[in-house]
Amino acid sequence: MELRRVEESVFRVLMILSLLIVVGSLLAVIGTILWKGLPVLSIDMITKTAEGGYFLGKGGGILNAIVGSLYLAAGGTVLAFFLSIGIAFYLQKEYSGGTKLSNLTRLSLDILWGTPSIVYGAFGFTVMMYFHMRASLLGGIIILAFLELPIMTRAMEEVLKTVPRELKEVSYSLGATRLETTLRVVSKQALPGLMTGVLIAFGRGIGDAASILFTAGYTDRIPTSLFDATASLPLAIFFQLGTPSPQVQQKAYASAVILLVIVLAISITTRFLSRKYTKYIIK
Amino acid sequence: MNLRRLKDNISSRLMLAATVFACLLFFFVLIGLYSRASPILSAVPITDLLFSSEWGPTDGKFGFFPFIMGTLWVTGLATIIAVPISLLSSIYLSEYAGNHLRNIMKPLIDLLAGIPSVVYGLWGVLAVVPFIKDTLAPALGVETVGGYGILAGGIVLAIMVFPIIISITGEVLRSVSQELREVSLSLGATKWQTIKHVVLRKARPGIFAAIILGFSRAFGETMAVLMVVGNVAKVPSSIFDPAYPLPALIANTFGEMMSIPLYESAILLAALMLLVVVMIFNILARMVLIKIERGVV
Repeated sequence: MELRRVEESVFRVLMILSLLIVVGSLLAVIGTILWKGLPVLSIDMITKTAEGGYFLGKGGGILNAIVGSLYLAAGGTVLAFFLSIGIAFYLQKEYSGGTKLSNLTRLSLDILWGTPSIVYGAFGFTVMMYFHMRASLLGGIIILAFLELPIMTRAMEEVLKTVPRELKEVSYSLGATRLETTLRVVSKQALPGLMTGVLIAFGRGIGDAASILFTAGYTDRIPTSLFDATASLPLAIFFQLGTPSPQVQQKAYASAVILLVIVLAISITTRFLSRKYTKYIIK
Repeated sequence: MNLRRLKDNISSRLMLAATVFACLLFFFVLIGLYSRASPILSAVPITDLLFSSEWGPTDGKFGFFPFIMGTLWVTGLATIIAVPISLLSSIYLSEYAGNHLRNIMKPLIDLLAGIPSVVYGLWGVLAVVPFIKDTLAPALGVETVGGYGILAGGIVLAIMVFPIIISITGEVLRSVSQELREVSLSLGATKWQTIKHVVLRKARPGIFAAIILGFSRAFGETMAVLMVVGNVAKVPSSIFDPAYPLPALIANTFGEMMSIPLYESAILLAALMLLVVVMIFNILARMVLIKIERGVV
């Protein structure tokens, strides 16, 4: 009789320990990066682009990588948005009717969700070589859009599913078409969720390195056209850490702080937005 | 009136086009990689590619065995570390924790999933690698290559896999009906007995799917692993050895030395292998999860 109580207590302790390990690793990761990175973070890092010989320890900052990353992730997110919103709308019952196509699409999106970003990168580079394109902002944007597509679409679809049937039926009974209902009723009701989906995908896009390693390239300048090579924050961290010079390596720590702050800001904005816009929802 | 119908019609066709594109995208990637990998598949027998340890692209030797084993070691270790911790955490959150704790934990776990892989890699270099080099390896009396190796890769990867296994297992546990728990409790079972004999038994297929999805995420993870795993093309024999997983091979060599015949093709074959393995795992796991959603299991 008592044995099972002991077993319960043992497992309870193990579970709490596990949870502490999970939370502890999160704090350890964020803490270590801030502790190593904050002291070496300077205004120059954020406001100046890399000067010649930057990776050999010369001056300058990583503005080129910050702006490059924002261009890449924003471009990828906009492109993914137009595809995702269309797919998510189409997966509603009144369009696809719960057919084989919608099941196939879901499975396909799930596989794409699981596809490693290095595979996207290698595929993207092969296609670009086929068209004799060099690593460029455009190439990076397209590959990031593919990477973000499954994340955004599944998030949006989940939200659209939660829109009450009655709400749609009221709209249809007033003679509205599917498009009118989708845009004016469903979208409004699902707005917080749709925005969350977009932001999550943006966060994933801005942090990914493997997919843009070959497709976007790296450069010391801020790109001025879609066909310029484009630097990015994750790759800046990776390349700076790979240099033999300790000063440049320290700049990698500072760059990681910048990337982490962006990711944290996205995560907080997501929560804030979804709370703020929830008040327009009909419950 | 007609204009409204026309708009509805055109928009629905555009949406259909986007949907069909999403269905085809995976096949584009698969076919694209296969067509570029086929030269090496026809030049070198598949058994040599998979089971030979000789890697010398300049001599035309393409044995992927060390890379495949490197991938399996790192991913295997990450899974062994991540599974018990994630499952126990997830069970605690869904069965024991109050709403308050759950509301605090959800954003933290989402954040864990949102941290970029280079940041994890950097953390590995700053914290895990020195710990293994200065503390763990001397204490155990083992040799390491400056702390870099499978253990460092496994630890970093395990943390990256936590949020995936925790959140999917959480969903699966929530799908187990409350009545089942109540029946068991009313028969005098303790909470843990109920969890062990009723909840976990019911949730077993779903937990299996969660583990597979976590494993497949770890399998293709590139940057974080690349930064801490040592990248030595030798078949590893212990967790303190360095390894050279397939994604790291692609990231390090692709785009360079493309003048060597068949080299590019070999690297794209590595990408194809990753894609196919991940595809099989994902289809397996999703089939289980879809069945659970429909209430069959």
